[in-house]
Amino acid sequence: MSGACLRICTAASCRSRGAETLRQRCSALLESANSASATQGVAGRDVTVKGVGCLGPCSEGPLLAVDAAAGGSRLFSLGTNGQAGSAAVIEAAIKAVAADLHTAVADGDGSAVAQWSPPHSRELPADDPFLALQLRRVLAQCGRIDPAEIADALAAGAYRQLQAVLQRNDPAGVIELVRRSGLRGRGGAGYPTGLKWATVAAMPGGEKVVVCNADEGDPGAFMDRTVLEGDPHTLLEGMAIAAHAVGADRGFIYVRAEYPLAIERLRIAIAQAEQHGWLGTAIAGSDFSFHVELRVGAGAYVCGEETALIHSIEGRRGVPRPRPPYPAQRGVFGLPTLINNVETFANIPALLRLGPEAYAPGTKVFSLTGQVRRSGVLEVPMGTPLRTIVETMGGGAPAGRRIKAVQTGGPSGGCVPASALDTPVDYESLQALGTIMGSGGMVVLDDTTNMVDIAAFFMAFSREESCGKCIPCRSGTVQLEMLLRKLLSRQASELDLAQLERLCPVVSEASLCGLGQSAPRPVLSTLRHFRGDYLALLEPTPAAPPQEQNP
Amino acid sequence: MSVCTLRIDNRDVAIAAGASVLEAARAAGAAIPTLCHLDGLSPVAACRLCLVELEGSDKLQAACVTAVADGMQVRTDSPRLREIRRSVIELLFTEGNHVCAICVANGHCELQDLAVTVGMDHSRLPYRFPDRHVDLSHPLFGLDHNRCILCSRCVRVCDEVEGAHVWDIGWRGEHCRIIAGLDEPWEAVNACTHCGKCVEVCPTGALFHKADTSEEKQGHPERLQALVHARNHQQWQP
Amino acid sequence: MTNAKIRLATVWLAGCSGCHMSFLDLDEWLLELAERAEIVYSPVASDIKTFPSNVDVCLVEGGVANTDNLELLHQVRANSRVLVSFGDCAITANIPGMRNMLNGADPVLRRSYLELADGSGQLPHAPGIVPELLERVVPVHELVPVDVWLPGCPPSAERIRAALEPLLAGEMPQLSGADQIRFG
Repeated sequence: MSGACLRICTAASCRSRGAETLRQRCSALLESANSASATQGVAGRDVTVKGVGCLGPCSEGPLLAVDAAAGGSRLFSLGTNGQAGSAAVIEAAIKAVAADLHTAVADGDGSAVAQWSPPHSRELPADDPFLALQLRRVLAQCGRIDPAEIADALAAGAYRQLQAVLQRNDPAGVIELVRRSGLRGRGGAGYPTGLKWATVAAMPGGEKVVVCNADEGDPGAFMDRTVLEGDPHTLLEGMAIAAHAVGADRGFIYVRAEYPLAIERLRIAIAQAEQHGWLGTAIAGSDFSFHVELRVGAGAYVCGEETALIHSIEGRRGVPRPRPPYPAQRGVFGLPTLINNVETFANIPALLRLGPEAYAPGTKVFSLTGQVRRSGVLEVPMGTPLRTIVETMGGGAPAGRRIKAVQTGGPSGGCVPASALDTPVDYESLQALGTIMGSGGMVVLDDTTNMVDIAAFFMAFSREESCGKCIPCRSGTVQLEMLLRKLLSRQASELDLAQLERLCPVVSEASLCGLGQSAPRPVLSTLRHFRGDYLALLEPTPAAPPQEQNP
Repeated sequence: MSVCTLRIDNRDVAIAAGASVLEAARAAGAAIPTLCHLDGLSPVAACRLCLVELEGSDKLQAACVTAVADGMQVRTDSPRLREIRRSVIELLFTEGNHVCAICVANGHCELQDLAVTVGMDHSRLPYRFPDRHVDLSHPLFGLDHNRCILCSRCVRVCDEVEGAHVWDIGWRGEHCRIIAGLDEPWEAVNACTHCGKCVEVCPTGALFHKADTSEEKQGHPERLQALVHARNHQQWQP
Repeated sequence: MTNAKIRLATVWLAGCSGCHMSFLDLDEWLLELAERAEIVYSPVASDIKTFPSNVDVCLVEGGVANTDNLELLHQVRANSRVLVSFGDCAITANIPGMRNMLNGADPVLRRSYLELADGSGQLPHAPGIVPELLERVVPVHELVPVDVWLPGCPPSAERIRAALEPLLAGEMPQLSGADQIRFG
């Protein structure tokens, strides 16, 4: 039986706008209506309400989808259309929706609800580019299933690929499929996933570990959070398939403490998957066992770096160490370890379902934010032009402004100038522009932005998050931020600018780990594309040292 | 034992497989500056002074943790490496309060010597003059955080050789500092055996004997090395 | 290069004058120096009170700690062809710079003149007579371009000579090695 269904996004963004209250009121309303109808001997109304993960355009939230029993669904925005709603406005909207729904429910058997439009809402048509241009594979069930109900996920096909993998019992074959798909690490570095799996699989020794890096820390990045909050089972399934492929029986999910909802959803999902036999000992009747533990980070950005993450899982200070040995050789507790990012694992079920040829070139999930009309989470085919994402889907800059740049890759990335918006979003194209794909954070900057300010913001971030182990990062980021602040306070000379350009390569070439190595990139990239912003801040050159050196 | 043959600064070197590039370079007579590294302690590759260029790779590698390989071609000196080494020393000088003239280690300080090695006659980066403290709680020794460069030799010698693990690094980034116990006064940490190894391996005047005044502190890494050698080879008679 | 004497100056900012004492340790070489250079301004070798123009080489001892130091330094830079940052205080702020750790001039004055006073302390205040302290003591090259750095606390007489000899010959000194550029 499938009646009408109200799907209310209760992920972090909509939740911050009262979506969880909305869901509770609607649920309570239906419950009381159902019990009333039961006492009156009327057939129970065929309407359900469920809290789901992210529905996409976060800036329009709270978002609500109405599914008709006969199929087809409509998406509504209860949001104030980009204007920050006060608590009172939100409360009033929630009340109005609940009251109106009451009328719709009282009316009949769910068909009224299927026709129903929430008051003060705006329907987002299915051909809205933000929705229509997406290719949702990682996020296929995100926003559809109740992430706290494994039955919902199972009905949508969760763990079917794992079951098939266990039946075939051909780990090498699975690795070959992953390799052929061309899937690369979605955490930012873009290392070929199949190769990484094959390396871990080839390591001798019986005990191996699979780690999911869910320490998403870039400012403006919330792709992984969306997966964790909206569809944790796809991640768990991907991890289990990986574990089977490389011969691991232990898994860790390292998730940042700043994601309490994701942690809660993961705990529930792991427990339910264990109850249903999709995690734990002898999974699905096979001899494959996989035990997943959650490890909650303590707020250090650098713990997203894999060797620091390993230390943190082991209970040690979260600082990076030199590689080699790579985690594949010596990882968690000295065991061969496969570390992939959330989105990478979450790609696996879709990859196996479609087959490597149909899957390629894959998709990428982005979190679109900043000075853009519509922000949120979207998944698009790899190679989609940046312009399609920020202008067509995101609606471009706010009224009266123009896009100046798009920042990708967080503190490790750089800025793509508006003139290069036609660049396809893939690993190589972005690298050629001096930035990186990164994990998927995409911050739009309009023409009111001073790019030196942006560089200083990211440098302050890297300075704050430096672990302090190696000197170029510990102290170099401080000196770089000092130089940028000097520029911003209009006290810098050309000599300071030269100093900035001299110090950046030192920090990037000499630092121990990726954080320090990439910390200067926001500066270098803005210097490359927006040098004018720097020059405009210079004070007149002081008297140059005498060229005539003969006294 | 197998042997690796590699080229370091256009000189052929043969050395036991498993050796580090740093060991090979020293065997070849190439002077690679180091600071956090100390023979007898585990390498951590934190100071970045020993970065070298490897043929065929754009990425610099820390010689102290890079294993030799057959056919490897290493360059230990280049304008790029010189620029990095001088910058590293400048960054160390400017992040602390290193007043050589009044320091216990003046004349015997590895940081002071390295400034000469890298040709630092002044710092191109501004001095930061941080507000740091001095721990004089211990009856025999002192710790002046102003002079600490966070090389972690003290942490490692206390953990790896003395087995007491009095020291660790607390906090993060620019706020990092050496801590005794759980960030307690040194004297309050009962694990300290008063052995003084941390003082002997400290490359600067950060850890010192209280009896020392300026220019009087000399490090004694050779004592640690003699002990480690004796333990490893069970040779207790010199 | 001509055989004309070069015009040499030395100035003393925030330092202990130890660098100048070391300069005097040049002993008999000072006589040779006098043959080849005209001392046009110096706290130890001249009575001239205002910094002259058209100076060839000026040795600047000390960090920049107060408004007088700052004013004199700008005069030096404007009127000297080669500015030598002379000794650790000029190059690193050194011992005068230790007050920077107290974070500002006011805490330093309060500490020195009030907290440590026995009874009747008061902050010095005599505008136009006693120069105001700068918030921080600053190395010379953080304020004006410097041509030669001569480290040491103090630089030894030999080291000073090693820097001056080439300058007298119209060349820039190339100092290196522990004997010539070691701090402390």
